[in-house]
Amino acid sequence: MKSRNNVLKVAKLRALNQGDLVGTPLPKTLTGILGLDEITFGGLPKGRPTLICGGAGCGKTLMSMEFLVHGATQFNEPGVFMAFEETEEELRKNVASLGYDLKDLTDNKKLIIDYVHIERSEIEETGEYDLEGLFVRLGYAIDTIGAKRVVLDTIETIFAGLPNPFILRAELRRLFRWLKDKGMTAIVTGERGDGTLTRQGLEEYVSDCVILLDHRVREQISTRRLQIIKYRGSTHGTNEYPFLIDEDGISVLPITSVGLQHKASSDRVSSGVARLDTMLGGKGYFRGTSILVSGTAGTGKSSLAAHLIDAACRRGERCLYFATEESPDLVVRNMRSIGIDLAPWVKKGLLRFDATRPTFHGLEMHLLRMHKLVAETQARVVVVDPITSYISLGDTLEVKSMLTRLIDFFKAHQITAFFTSLTEGGSALEQSEVGISSLMDTWILLRSIESNGERNRGIWVLKSRGMPHSNQVREFVLTDHGIELLDVYIGAEGVVTGTARAAQEAKEKAEALLHRQELELKQRNLELKNQALEAKIAAMRAEFEAEREEMEREILEGKQRAGVIEQDRIAMALSRRADATSNNRPKAQRGTKNAQRETN
Amino acid sequence: MPSAKLIKNPKSQNDAWVLRLYVAGQTPKSVSAFANLKRICSEHLADRYRIELIDLLENPQLARGDQIVAIPTLVRNLPTPMKKIIGDLSNTDRVLVGLDLRPAPRKG
Repeated sequence: MKSRNNVLKVAKLRALNQGDLVGTPLPKTLTGILGLDEITFGGLPKGRPTLICGGAGCGKTLMSMEFLVHGATQFNEPGVFMAFEETEEELRKNVASLGYDLKDLTDNKKLIIDYVHIERSEIEETGEYDLEGLFVRLGYAIDTIGAKRVVLDTIETIFAGLPNPFILRAELRRLFRWLKDKGMTAIVTGERGDGTLTRQGLEEYVSDCVILLDHRVREQISTRRLQIIKYRGSTHGTNEYPFLIDEDGISVLPITSVGLQHKASSDRVSSGVARLDTMLGGKGYFRGTSILVSGTAGTGKSSLAAHLIDAACRRGERCLYFATEESPDLVVRNMRSIGIDLAPWVKKGLLRFDATRPTFHGLEMHLLRMHKLVAETQARVVVVDPITSYISLGDTLEVKSMLTRLIDFFKAHQITAFFTSLTEGGSALEQSEVGISSLMDTWILLRSIESNGERNRGIWVLKSRGMPHSNQVREFVLTDHGIELLDVYIGAEGVVTGTARAAQEAKEKAEALLHRQELELKQRNLELKNQALEAKIAAMRAEFEAEREEMEREILEGKQRAGVIEQDRIAMALSRRADATSNNRPKAQRGTKNAQRETN
Repeated sequence: MPSAKLIKNPKSQNDAWVLRLYVAGQTPKSVSAFANLKRICSEHLADRYRIELIDLLENPQLARGDQIVAIPTLVRNLPTPMKKIIGDLSNTDRVLVGLDLRPAPRKG
């Protein structure tokens, strides 16, 4: 993994170097040390001496040795290591732990280690002398293997071994000049002195590039730092960069990321909780953003994280879980209780746990571990649970700086990062402990809502950049099938939760029932009224029918009677021998009619 | 000046003293160191010494063996313990002290 990364990096930096050659006259030599070539924009000044200074045990020797080993193995530049403090055997053993086989390199004429031993008690000074012997030795070693790189570690010990510092100073000045003339890219190490960078003021002679290493222990946790004090003729990063020495050698971490050129993805990642996705604009988080979930103890932060991981693993994405307070087994067991089984994902290789106590390393070591593990696992989703446990490792500024770099790193790699933050009971909930909320894209708050003698869990989305998100406080419960967001009940004092919610629910049910009953009653009344109306109509109709029949009968009778009278009249006329036709006697008829009317 | 030359006292029977002088080319310091050494030896060691002159410009690989840093360096291989004297040997007293031919001066 590392070697492949290195190769890529080297190719990139070689291109950078060539660009530099065009732009500036200062050629550089790649060190091959992870991160150092970045902050020096291409390595150490080519053909010039560089001073690496620092206190005892700060990594000077290791850094110089790595410079030579990388030179010999990656850049085909053999090197000479002139050791004034450690023998070849000691050096070989010291760097064997980093996987460097010095014996192989020396056997193949890629490296010469020359141990210079000066024992003051054996030496008597009897007049003027010079250091030509050293020059000869170095020159011979350089010529033997065609060296391009030279390390003098730690040349200052010469002051302890030989008398007459005036001669030594003059000779060292000559030595550095000589190295330059020979075109050697050299590293000279020096022990840090009182108020000066080196005990003998070597920085006066080696003025092209000065790198200061520092090893601090704060609250029993060590942090190594590197600073480029001076780099003549070149731009360089001026910050203090943390660096680490681990089984892969030295890695320097550029403290600030390259810039804010992260790609913004419009791809969405489900939170694993359907109703929470709904709250987040209906689709969940944006891919490659950072999510902060803060809340007091036991509010379900880890459960929310487990949901995200479970959902990601279901999609076949790799996940990385940094547990800073619980062991992986514990997390798996706990999540099983809410119906999320992470164990199969671990078995499948989709999920990787890294449980390290925060106090086990310094902040920088943690940062590097995370970098390495992310590179190793190719994770798309990373959970840090909880992020607040790093606070004990440094002051707020350091922690913030570490987290900033971590977040930048995740963003640059389009990794969805999920951080949980434990809020102390009593402190302001919306104050994220390390002031990192501004770095976060989505901030979800979990909270215990205490009322009616019980605690219930509330969730709300405080912010979520780039999406319309719900402004509602929702109650959620941890069920045996995960987090479940409940319906919203709003009472007189805000959202109603727990038993109060259940009561509210029951009350609303009762009210609904009552209402329904009322409606039914009204409906029945209406029907009854309708029936009554119908009955009335039927009765009236019956009456009308009766009357009508009566009237029709009367009319008929009347008509019959009139007919009878006519017949009688005709019969009477016949009997009186009058005109037989009725038409001929209108007057008489009229007269009879009138008479009939009168009878009626 | 010859290199790695053995300057042996012809009359010497037993080489009780083996002195090796490392130089780098014929610099004034080297020349005077060699002259001073010969003078001191003949004055104080009579015929009990042998001088080996090594020019590192011609045999650079030899510098490592005796841990040579300063030039000129005189190494007393015999009698043991090994002694190193650096400089042009112009301070005879100190050379004699260095070679254990005279006890270190006590002041006061």
